[in-house]
Amino acid sequence: MARRAAPEVNAGSMADIAFLLLIFFLVTTTIEVDSGIVSKLPPKNDDPENVPQVKEKNIFQVLVNKDNQLLVEEEPMDIKDLSAAAAKFIDNGGGEGKNGCAYCEGDRNPDSSDNPKKAIVSLVNDRQATYNYYITVTNELVKAYTTLRNRAAKQRYGESYESMYARFKDTQEADKETPEYLELEKKLEVIRELYPRNLSEAEPQQAG
Amino acid sequence: MSKFNKKKSGDLPPVSTASLPDIVFMLLFFFMVATVMRDDEMLVENQLPAANQVEKLEDKNKLVNIYIGKPSASYQKTFGTTDVVQLGDKISRVEEVYNYVNTKRTAMPENLQDQMMVSLKVDRNAKIGVLTDVKQELREAQALKITYTSNQGDPMNNLKRR
Repeated sequence: MARRAAPEVNAGSMADIAFLLLIFFLVTTTIEVDSGIVSKLPPKNDDPENVPQVKEKNIFQVLVNKDNQLLVEEEPMDIKDLSAAAAKFIDNGGGEGKNGCAYCEGDRNPDSSDNPKKAIVSLVNDRQATYNYYITVTNELVKAYTTLRNRAAKQRYGESYESMYARFKDTQEADKETPEYLELEKKLEVIRELYPRNLSEAEPQQAG
Repeated sequence: MSKFNKKKSGDLPPVSTASLPDIVFMLLFFFMVATVMRDDEMLVENQLPAANQVEKLEDKNKLVNIYIGKPSASYQKTFGTTDVVQLGDKISRVEEVYNYVNTKRTAMPENLQDQMMVSLKVDRNAKIGVLTDVKQELREAQALKITYTSNQGDPMNNLKRR
């Protein structure tokens, strides 16, 4: 007995089914944002007496008021100039002796910061300022550090900090033991050491 | 004679649609791979700002999301129009952040716990006040690694559109 051949399945509705699925996925999913400004909060300070003393000249004061206006070192400033002003302050290198800064290219103004390790950028926000403005200010301040790090990295290793960091982050899990990776990690550490990101946010004031 | 009538020069052959399913499937797979299902239903407005000093975030399993913003239109009757915090899929008080973060942390595999990162997704029109309170709570909870999640873009555009 010859078996009858199985009838061919009609695949004409395949496209319809696929379209249905496609539309479902289009509607239900959103591409998740997976980038952001990374920051680190200071650990909780239980002992308010034990606040490290910092010299006035080593602090770069940035105030944001409720109308989204900037006051930098007691002078109103446009946000476009913030990054450059911060970089100038950090890179000043006005210190002498062991506080000096051999790699700084700033003005060496004795009334500004001693060296990048001591320089602190302090950001104070009014509670009514908008997040929009806050993130822009933070972004500009981080940019100041990135510019300086890029410059230092280019001088030392001939590659910008950002591209080195991108390479570091893109390394596959399997390659994390190779000497190149460890060397890259060490280099990044050196640059970060030169220009540590001392971005401080004031303790919120108690209402009173 | 019929031999010659067979082909009429004006007749176009029909376009074959046999490859249509393949094309659609290709699109389907692209969308399936490229998109991630949102695990929290958004109860607050959440338009992220733009920034250009961004880094790529950690893996999703190390992230804890906290949303801040105005309640979205359908929830404004219940929660008002001031900025609120959304933890998981409900609107919560700021004091609950501490417990939420700690619960999330204990739920993580042990080797990832100290790599936990809090992703702050704040609406671009929110006020800083709530954010400051949340950050104080995070310090209490010892969750110090945070990130201000933002789109890649020119930050100056944030200031132009309101």
